[in-house]
Amino acid sequence: MSELMASGQEKEVEVLFWVGCAGSFDDRARRITKAFVKILHHCGVSFAILGQEEVCTGDPARRSGNEFLFQMQAITNIETLNAYGVKRIVTTCPHCFNTIKNEYPALGGTYEVIHHTTFLQGLINDGRLKLKDGGEFKGKKITYHDSCYLGRANGIYEAPRQLLELLDAELVEMKRCKSRGLCCGAGGAQMFKEEEEGKLRVNQERTKDIVESKASFVAAACPFCMTMMTDGIKEVEKQDEVQVMDLAEMVAKAQDLI
Amino acid sequence: MAFLQPLIFAIVTLTVFFLAFKKYRVIYANINLGKDEKIAGDSGTRFKNMMLLAFGQKKMFRNLTPAILHGFIYVAFLFTQIELIEIFIDGFTGIHRFFWYVLPLGGFYTALISFIEILSVLAFVGTIAFLARRNLLKVPRFHMDEMTGWPKLDGNLILFFELILLVGIFSMNTADMALADGKYGFAISGMLYPLIDGLGDTTLHIIERFGWWIHILMVFGFILYLPASKHLHIMLAFPNAYYGPLDGGANKGEIANMPRITEEIKLMMDPSAPMPEEDPNAEPERFGAKDVTDLSWKSLLDAYSCTECGRCSSACPANQTGKLLSPRKIMMDTRDRLEEKGAGLREHGADHDDGKSLFDYISTEELRACTTCNACVEECPVSINPVNIIMELRRYMILEESNSTEEWNLMFNNVETNGAVWKMPASDRTSWINELEAEAEAEDA
Repeated sequence: MSELMASGQEKEVEVLFWVGCAGSFDDRARRITKAFVKILHHCGVSFAILGQEEVCTGDPARRSGNEFLFQMQAITNIETLNAYGVKRIVTTCPHCFNTIKNEYPALGGTYEVIHHTTFLQGLINDGRLKLKDGGEFKGKKITYHDSCYLGRANGIYEAPRQLLELLDAELVEMKRCKSRGLCCGAGGAQMFKEEEEGKLRVNQERTKDIVESKASFVAAACPFCMTMMTDGIKEVEKQDEVQVMDLAEMVAKAQDLI
Repeated sequence: MAFLQPLIFAIVTLTVFFLAFKKYRVIYANINLGKDEKIAGDSGTRFKNMMLLAFGQKKMFRNLTPAILHGFIYVAFLFTQIELIEIFIDGFTGIHRFFWYVLPLGGFYTALISFIEILSVLAFVGTIAFLARRNLLKVPRFHMDEMTGWPKLDGNLILFFELILLVGIFSMNTADMALADGKYGFAISGMLYPLIDGLGDTTLHIIERFGWWIHILMVFGFILYLPASKHLHIMLAFPNAYYGPLDGGANKGEIANMPRITEEIKLMMDPSAPMPEEDPNAEPERFGAKDVTDLSWKSLLDAYSCTECGRCSSACPANQTGKLLSPRKIMMDTRDRLEEKGAGLREHGADHDDGKSLFDYISTEELRACTTCNACVEECPVSINPVNIIMELRRYMILEESNSTEEWNLMFNNVETNGAVWKMPASDRTSWINELEAEAEAEDA
């Protein structure tokens, strides 16, 4: 595992894996991190992490209005990334992805930033990841939940869907999908506070779409969507019928890596 | 007597144009109360954007039924301007149907007016359908909390105006056809005129003039009505698309940087950095927005461009789950406050403070409900971005008033002290590596 610990000083690494707070600390999201890393190892991708030098990108601080805290985080991260000469970043979190890709350039940090769904698709296209025929998800009804910060914010709708296609799954769309996809309720720093008063929580509303789709799996591409949808499904006691999995976990599972 | 009509017409026209100029100048001045915002991109791409989104109504087609109905009224509106040109020529010179009698257009003119008549029938269908959607079918987005009183009346009034305008067009054309024994050959009035053919020439002339005046008076009324109405979008959708985001939404996730904060942080990190030059007497610029004058001019143009269709609010996750937030209301409140603020400044001078702000219209509860999911931005047919306004107000709340929630403060604290959103030590950032190793060992064993 020594190569994992190698920080960006090693110039020959292909990509820096930005793990993110959820990927590092959240129990459920750590499983996504581990699945993704197993795929990277499996494909022989050399990568580095910042380890303890990584700090929150500042996304929830900025979106709650705390621009000062956001910039403190952003500037710290940019200094670290630039010091290591990082050029290419992959992350499993659409919020980290959006912030580093779209918001760091204004503060002096310009990198090629790739979301892990796009990265996995690239590995398959380049022939570095060969999916087995008739894997775990063959013919299974799977729906995909669009993360706002991948879809509407960055126009990434197809890469995650193509992964599902490659897994031989039967993709069933929810009634609100792609550019019309309904938020899970976590964005805009909502993850870190109770929702305002209303009739329902947003994840309860989204859970209705999931149940209606009759899918047995929900593919997620964001650790926060993962939390929201898992909670929503548990609340209606459908956890035995519908399982929420990140696309990295699905790919790893189909390859018997996890 | 022949000089009487041109004289009355000229007086009415000039009066309308004078009043309109005053009203539209107020709107222009109000929009300019906003802060500078640099608009990126070249004018060619911007023009293309405008042609697609405003002229071509591209976003409307996300929703086919209203797109077609709206399209009928829109296309009819565009082509009716040809008749309007004739009405103006007639008004000033007394030459009726200039394109037929003076320009040798002949059959082409027949085809053109017939086309307008067919479009007008479709516009009639569209208008009736819209009235039904608003009042009988109760499409939910027309019945949200903010759609009572004037906004509700405004939506219906314009549809009634449309019906009256159509009555004017057909009265004039049908009477003209009857007077000329159908020689113009118009498609729809050609079918209608036998119904009134028996009336005397005098009556027919009166009907023709009635239709003519109805048409032009509705147009004049419309010009003066627009500045107070949501229907201003028929003009402002164009500049709003021109100045709107260009990349088709590919970077909608970006929230604009605040360079003044960057300066402060850089100074904090490196005290030897040169101090930015500041006028010591100048009042420090506010962080975020407390009032409309703190918003970008583009946000103010957004507010005036809003047609209150509510596509934003019906796509909003907060609104759909019963929270107070409605992106449409954010836009309507911004416009209302801007009108109030602008009027106060014009009346009492540029330093006037009426003791009110945008927060008297928009509550913190509304602002805190936004998930920044951008569904509202995606849906808006006229390139409005409500999230920009929400973000500026949130910035003011946090940066100027420390108006946050306990939970958010906890998160801020964690980020500040541990560099993580949760209360976790940085040393735990790599604990997943230990887990991986342990799992691998367990497998090997």
